[in-house]
Amino acid sequence: MANEKIYDRINEQSPWQDITEGNKIFEAATSKDFCTGEWRTATPVWDKGKCKQCLLCTPVCPDSSIPVTAGKREEFDYDHCKGCGICAKVCPFGAIGMREGK
Amino acid sequence: MAIRERLSGNEAVAYAIKQVNPDVMPAFPITPSTEIPQYVANYIANGEIDTEFIHVESEHSAMSATIGASAAGARAITATSSCGMALMWEELYVAASNRLPIVLALVNRALSGPININADHSDSMGARDTGWIQIYAESNQEVYDNFIQAFPIAEDKRVHLPVMVCQDGFITSHGVENILLVEDDKVKGFVGEYQPEHYLLHPEEKMALGPYAVSNYYMETKRAQRQAMIQAREVILETAARFEEMTGRKYGFFEEYRMEDAEYAVVIIGSAAGTCKAAIDEIRNTTGTKAGLIKIRVFRPFPEDEIAKALSGVKAVAIMDRSEMFSATSGPLGAEVRAALYQAHSSVEAVNYFYGLGGRDITVSDFKTVYGNLETIAQTHVVTGMYEYIGLRSEQSKEV
Repeated sequence: MANEKIYDRINEQSPWQDITEGNKIFEAATSKDFCTGEWRTATPVWDKGKCKQCLLCTPVCPDSSIPVTAGKREEFDYDHCKGCGICAKVCPFGAIGMREGK
Repeated sequence: MAIRERLSGNEAVAYAIKQVNPDVMPAFPITPSTEIPQYVANYIANGEIDTEFIHVESEHSAMSATIGASAAGARAITATSSCGMALMWEELYVAASNRLPIVLALVNRALSGPININADHSDSMGARDTGWIQIYAESNQEVYDNFIQAFPIAEDKRVHLPVMVCQDGFITSHGVENILLVEDDKVKGFVGEYQPEHYLLHPEEKMALGPYAVSNYYMETKRAQRQAMIQAREVILETAARFEEMTGRKYGFFEEYRMEDAEYAVVIIGSAAGTCKAAIDEIRNTTGTKAGLIKIRVFRPFPEDEIAKALSGVKAVAIMDRSEMFSATSGPLGAEVRAALYQAHSSVEAVNYFYGLGGRDITVSDFKTVYGNLETIAQTHVVTGMYEYIGLRSEQSKEV
């Protein structure tokens, strides 16, 4: 199956007999499927009205969670944003605020 | 025809490495195993083998590089002793849990402190829970034979675990003995060409190894690892049978010496078994006391049922440990063998002695004293001298 993910085959319900030998993972770039955004305790909120698309926030994000398409940033990738708040600090226009919780 | 030679234990292992011609050998020198990488480096320099030798800055790096090479798809080996293996500690567990068929030539030496370079089993016994298969030798011949057998055991699909091939520092590693070497082509045929199924440099297969496994996966992973150790039992015996076909030399989980009618038995690991055999022969030729020996070859996986069965006919047994584990009770072999006897509902009298720590000599006369003690224990049913040291200087008049 083309769209089958590793966690469709091995997940938290799998018996020990299904665990691959030495936990080998036969797939590349599986970190995309690991939603580290669940760890977040504070959430950045993007104010599109204040944003000037200067793009200072994107390169400082340690989790590559501010996607850019055709030279413009888009909504946060909340599946992987851990809520560190660096983007909010670096924004010169106050276009990113931090909200408590997920 | 086998090749008659006389070699030290280290030379014998290095010669086996030459015959196997592994892909990669990262190693760092430490007494008394230093000669092994030294001889291998000579073979490489002379163009006799094309093993990639990696000079590393420590044993931590030696095992890390061996793991990396093995994960990449190479047949990878290393050699070490004592504190060198202690520095590999973290990586020993990683090698086993990553299910890498690495072969390690371990020349047993006491662990510091106090610092000491002589033989005892504190290094490998400390590593008994790392998930490595452990095979021990009495003689140079045995360590050579065990080393060759280690590859088909480690690389078998039912196993995929690293193997530690152990010999006693200086006693066999530096002692020169007559030895029968197997011809090169036969060794190569026996170990076969290494053809791993999954490895990191596979051109067609994407693979990641050694991922983080949270509590939802760790226990299942460990259970799967245990299964490999369980399956190693049959593979060790199959490999031994195949080796016997090739050489005529018979191996199992342990050797039984004059156990057919034995009433008093010693259980021991390593080179001191030879001294014990000499004592048994003397005892049987003089007093006629039915003395016997079980010499453990495979300590991991532990042959629990088989040992209990082998001891089922004896009146008393002395389990001899060449390392402390500071439980303030038994040594590691003592604990394992007595657990095996308990599981088998055995009522044999069992005593556990420490001997040979840091290279302390043990003599034929010491073993005769041990068998004398066993006779007394069997008669009185009072186990005296439990957990005592043999050959220890003490203010007490009688230690054993």
